[in-house]
Amino acid sequence: MSTKVKKPLPVWADVALIPLINILLALFVAGLIVLAIGEDPFEALEILILGAFGYEESLGYTLYYTTNFIFTGLAVAVAFHASLFNIGGEGQAYIGGLGVGLILLALDGILPFWMLLPLAIMAAALFGTAWVAVPAYLQAYRGSHIVITTIMFNFIAYFLMNYLLVDVIKAPAQMSPESRVFADNAHMPFMHEILGWFGIETAATPLNGSLFWAVVCCIFVWIFIWRTRWGYMLRTVGQNESAAQYAGIDSRKIVMVALGISGALAGFVGMNEVMGVHHKVLLNFVAGYGFTGIAVSLMGRNHPVGIVLASLLFGILYQGGAELAFEIPAFSREFVVAIQGLIILFCGALTYMCKPWIEGLFYMLQSDPKPAEKEA
Amino acid sequence: MEDLINIAISTLAGTVRVSTPLILCAMAGLFSERSGIIDISLEGKMLAAAFVAAGVAYVTGSAWVGLGGGILIAVGLSLLHGFACITHNGNHVVSGVAINILVSGLTVVLGVVWFHQGGQTPTLPQEARFLPIHFPLAETLSEIPVIGPFYAKVISGHNLLVYLAFALVAVTSWVVYKTRFGLRLRAVGENPNAVDTAGISVTFLRYRAVMICGILTGIAGTYLSVAQNASFVREMSAGQGYIALAAMIFGKWRPVPAMLACLMFGFLDAVSIRLQGVVLPGIGEVPVQFIQALPYILTVVLLAGFIGKAIAPKAIGVPYVKER
Repeated sequence: MSTKVKKPLPVWADVALIPLINILLALFVAGLIVLAIGEDPFEALEILILGAFGYEESLGYTLYYTTNFIFTGLAVAVAFHASLFNIGGEGQAYIGGLGVGLILLALDGILPFWMLLPLAIMAAALFGTAWVAVPAYLQAYRGSHIVITTIMFNFIAYFLMNYLLVDVIKAPAQMSPESRVFADNAHMPFMHEILGWFGIETAATPLNGSLFWAVVCCIFVWIFIWRTRWGYMLRTVGQNESAAQYAGIDSRKIVMVALGISGALAGFVGMNEVMGVHHKVLLNFVAGYGFTGIAVSLMGRNHPVGIVLASLLFGILYQGGAELAFEIPAFSREFVVAIQGLIILFCGALTYMCKPWIEGLFYMLQSDPKPAEKEA
Repeated sequence: MEDLINIAISTLAGTVRVSTPLILCAMAGLFSERSGIIDISLEGKMLAAAFVAAGVAYVTGSAWVGLGGGILIAVGLSLLHGFACITHNGNHVVSGVAINILVSGLTVVLGVVWFHQGGQTPTLPQEARFLPIHFPLAETLSEIPVIGPFYAKVISGHNLLVYLAFALVAVTSWVVYKTRFGLRLRAVGENPNAVDTAGISVTFLRYRAVMICGILTGIAGTYLSVAQNASFVREMSAGQGYIALAAMIFGKWRPVPAMLACLMFGFLDAVSIRLQGVVLPGIGEVPVQFIQALPYILTVVLLAGFIGKAIAPKAIGVPYVKER
C-alpha cells in the first residue's frame, strides 16, 4: 500500500457504485458459466427477463418470490445492524409457518377472516421469534456463537417439522405428510382476487396479500432502525459493543431484541407460503428462501430500499430462471442458486475487493486537472 | 443373543462408515479454525469434491485420479475462501455461505449438462472405486464368537479411505501438538500479533492451514461418491459438513475428542435406522427424527455451557490487519 493519504470515496460511490460493480462482477462470472455449458449468455438473459415480465402470469410470480425475499432479507438485515449473523432464517420461516398453520387449523371454521389475519401475523412472528430465542439467549448471555447455533436450529426445525407432519398434524385421510386444507375464510386473498374486487382482471398467480404486509415491514424496519431509540442502541451495539456498554446500553438485551425481530420477520415467510399460497402446512415450503435472504440483505446494503430492489432482482432471477430451465433443457433451476452464491461472494465476502482500484481511479480523476497544485 | 450381537456388530460397522467423512471434515475444520479462519464451507467443499471425484473417476476409470480431482477442487475453493477472508479481510461466515450455495447450485447445473442424468453422475464400475479391503484371516477368525465377527466386519472390510481417515486423526494430533508448524498454527489462531512479531507471515500460515483444510475435505467428498457410494447424487453431502463442524466444536477444537464426537454422531445415525418403530421400556416409541436431530441438540447444549465450556480460538473470525 502506498503511504499517500487517499481521499475517502464520495458517498454515492460507496453506496451505489461499489455494489453495482460487485453485482456486475457476479453476473459476469455467471455469464462465463453459461458459456461453459455451451449456451449463449445474452440469449439466456433475454429469456430470463422475458420469463420474469413477458407474459401475464410472470409478473405475479416474480412479485410472489419478491415477497418472501423481502421478509428474509429484512430479517438478516436487522440482525446485521447489531453485527449479528442470523443464518437461521430458514428454520425460523419454517417454524413461523407452523405457527400460522396451527392457529388456522384450530380456528379457521370459527373466526372470520378479519380476526384470523392478525392472529396469523402474530403467530408467525411469535413462532419465528421463539425459534431464534434460544440461540439469541445463548449468544447474549452464554457467549456461544449465533452462527453455529442458528445452523443447528435449522436442522432441528427440519426434523421437528418432519416429525410433526408425519406423525401429528397429518390429515388422517391422506398419504402425504400434509395437514388438511384450511377453510376458505382462512385463505389470504390472492392478488388477482383483490384486484378483481376493483374490477381489474389479471391472471391467477400465487401472489397474495402478504405483499402488502412485506411493504409494512419495510417501513417498520426503516423507522425502527433509524428513527427510534432502540434502533439507535441496536446500531451502536453493532458498531462498537464496548462503546455501547460504556454509554450505558445493555448490549445483551439489544442482542435479544435484534434477533427477536429478525426471527419474527423470517417467520412471515411462513405466512406468505402457508396462509397465502398452499393453504395447508406441508414439508419444505421454505425451499431456501432463508438463505437467499443473506444475499438479498448483503446486496441491499441492509437498507429497506436496497432490500426491496435486491428482492425484486432475486424475484426476477427465480421466476426467469424457472422459465429458462423450461425453455432450454441444458439449464436447471439450480442455475439461480449458483448465481445467488456468486452474488453473496462478490457483494458479501469480497465487498471491498475493487475498492482500492476505484479509489485510485477517483484519485487520478481528481488530481489530473491540476497536477502542479498537487506537486506543490 | 446371537441376533443381538449381529445387530450390535453391524451397527458398529455402520458407525465406522458413516463417521469417516465426518472425521475427515472435522479435522479439516480444525486446521482452518485453529488458524483463526471460520469455515462453514466444509459442506460445500465436500459436495464439490464428491461431484468432481465421481466425474473424474468415471471419465478416467481410476479412483485415484478421482481422488486427485476431488482434492484439487476442494483446495481451489479453500483458496477462494482464503482469498476472501485472508487477503481481502472479508466476513468468514459470508464467504463460507457463498461457497456452500454456489456449490449446491453449480454441481447440479454442470452435472445435468455433462452427464445428462438429472444431476447425477453415471454409476462407477467397481474398478473405478475404492473397494473394501479384507484383512488377513478375517474369514478364518469369523468362527470365533463376538471377536471374530467384530474383527471381520468392524475392523476389517472397509475401504482404504476409512483407514486413512483414522490415521489422519493421529497425524493431525501430531502436527498440531508436536510440530513447529502446529505450534505456530495454534498461536496464529490465538494471537496473530505475536506470530507476526516473531517474524512469521500470518497470511502464509493461514493460507497453508486452509489448503490443508481443502485437502481433507477433498478426501471426504471423494469418500462419499467414489468409496461409500458409486456415483454422485445431488446434495449428497446432506448436511454432514455441518455435523462435522458441530463435532469439531463438541471436541473443543482438539483432534481426538473431535473424532470421538464424530463417532458418537455416526453411531446416532446408524442407530436411528434401527430404532425406527422400536418401543423402549419406560419411554415409549422414540421418534426417529429426534435421534436424527440429537447431534444438533447436543451441540447446542454443549455450546450453552452445560457440558464443559467450548472455547474457540481467540482470534477466530477476526481479520488480521498489520499495523503500519
